[in-house]
Amino acid sequence: MSLGSYGTRHAQAFIGALGRLARNPMASILTLLVIAVALALPMSLKLLVTNARVATGDFKNAVDMSVYFKTGTAVSQAEQLAKNARSRNGIADVEFIPADKALDEFRTYSGFGAALEALEQNPLPHVLHVHPAPEASSPAALEQLKQYFAAWPEVELVQIDSEWVLRFNAILEVMRKVLLILAALLGLGVLAVVGNTIRLEILNRRAEIEITKLVGGSNGFVRRPFLYTGTLYGLVGGLLAWAVIGIMVLVLSTPVATLAQLYGSHYTLAGPALEDTAILLGGGAVLGWLGAWISANRHLRSIEPRA
Amino acid sequence: MIVFDKVAKRYPNGREALAGATLRVDPGEMVFLTGKSGAGKSTVLKLIALLERPTRGTVLINNRNTSTMRSGQIPAFRRNIGVVFQDHKLLADRPVYDNVALPLIVSDTPMREIDKRVRAALDQVGLLGKERMLPLELSVGEQQRVGIARAVVSKPPLLIADEPTGNLDPDLAREVMRLFKRFQEVGVTVVVATHDVDLVRELGQREIVIENGQVRGATGDDLPSVVATR
Repeated sequence: MSLGSYGTRHAQAFIGALGRLARNPMASILTLLVIAVALALPMSLKLLVTNARVATGDFKNAVDMSVYFKTGTAVSQAEQLAKNARSRNGIADVEFIPADKALDEFRTYSGFGAALEALEQNPLPHVLHVHPAPEASSPAALEQLKQYFAAWPEVELVQIDSEWVLRFNAILEVMRKVLLILAALLGLGVLAVVGNTIRLEILNRRAEIEITKLVGGSNGFVRRPFLYTGTLYGLVGGLLAWAVIGIMVLVLSTPVATLAQLYGSHYTLAGPALEDTAILLGGGAVLGWLGAWISANRHLRSIEPRA
Repeated sequence: MIVFDKVAKRYPNGREALAGATLRVDPGEMVFLTGKSGAGKSTVLKLIALLERPTRGTVLINNRNTSTMRSGQIPAFRRNIGVVFQDHKLLADRPVYDNVALPLIVSDTPMREIDKRVRAALDQVGLLGKERMLPLELSVGEQQRVGIARAVVSKPPLLIADEPTGNLDPDLAREVMRLFKRFQEVGVTVVVATHDVDLVRELGQREIVIENGQVRGATGDDLPSVVATR
């Protein structure tokens, strides 16, 4: 057996599989749609999780703390405390916002400028924006930090701004787990769909299989075209799933961009990354091949030539 | 080439097709299996082609015991046997060329070699030029010859045929039998099961009569000692 003829056999089996798919378009399309939906569902959920994570900022950056001083605290005193805080372990950055600057910003952005003119004095306190170091972002470490700031007599209030982020991230984590379970179940579904399609095809071609075995075709030879058919189903199903997700992203990108703009963000919806595309196509092909392999091994063995 | 030693075959439905049949076919010989239908002729051929395995006794093909062969070895074993069926067993949706090429394709023969051999086989059975026709576009006699071309295309040392002339008129039947005789003349061992006794006499080859699952007149003395020692 030469390598060339071996390659030719595989090319023939592949082209034969393509031909059979094309000869029975309605049944093929239905099977492909089922596979595409089963693959697209977990992948779109994955994209949802990824996008949600990107949109809310990374977990580590999102956790920060606001330290509000009592009104009437001198700027120099507040600055001194900010300097102390900067030298403390577990703090990545401290941003000091003096009351005057806060008022300017508020005047500029809030639209209450005229109302503020009516006030005799600045109602806003000095504020420290504290960003804990990533390694000190655990709930326990944050609580300790909060107490550190709260202990200062000049401090009125310490607020952890990121509790909702922690909760949100926990929700995303749950969704990620749901996604894995869903992907496993739908993967099983793809196996079943491909397996059943291959089973029907084997039954349809029973006579051909019998005769091929009769003239000395090995199980491997008889199985080969079915493996190609299964792989092709998975691959094309993955491609369809990719297209479905692409269309979804396209349709959603404008409204999402509008929504983001209303929140003052330049966030844009991310479509499937190269890695996601590889998972869709590769996963589809592997599931298709495996489904065909299981089905072919089960059903081909029962077909033995009878004279 | 072929040795049956006290071979019995009972099918799952309880029918005993062979009951201690003993026979021997030498390399290069042409032998007719005759007997009434149901006598066990087909079962002998099925045991040779390993479509069935014996319930008792020993079947040796080319000194290989078919009972001890693992299922993974069967495909390679079958490639050394050309089989012709009464109902041809052709693929109706494939042209003549593809049908004849099938045994070469399953053994991964190079394309150029396949083309050469398929044409040679079709030439031998007188069907050159009908490669692209579908089996059903051919006459029954021609379909049978396509089956024969497929059986000999890989040049197997052993050719077996089950009632190859069953559906043919006497002239076509004689023609097909002469075809088998020609293969024997170039060294192929040929075993043909048939009930066409007149034709068998005419060709003057050895005849093995199967009767009630046994070989008429066989004593076992003509068996080679190799059977006893195995």
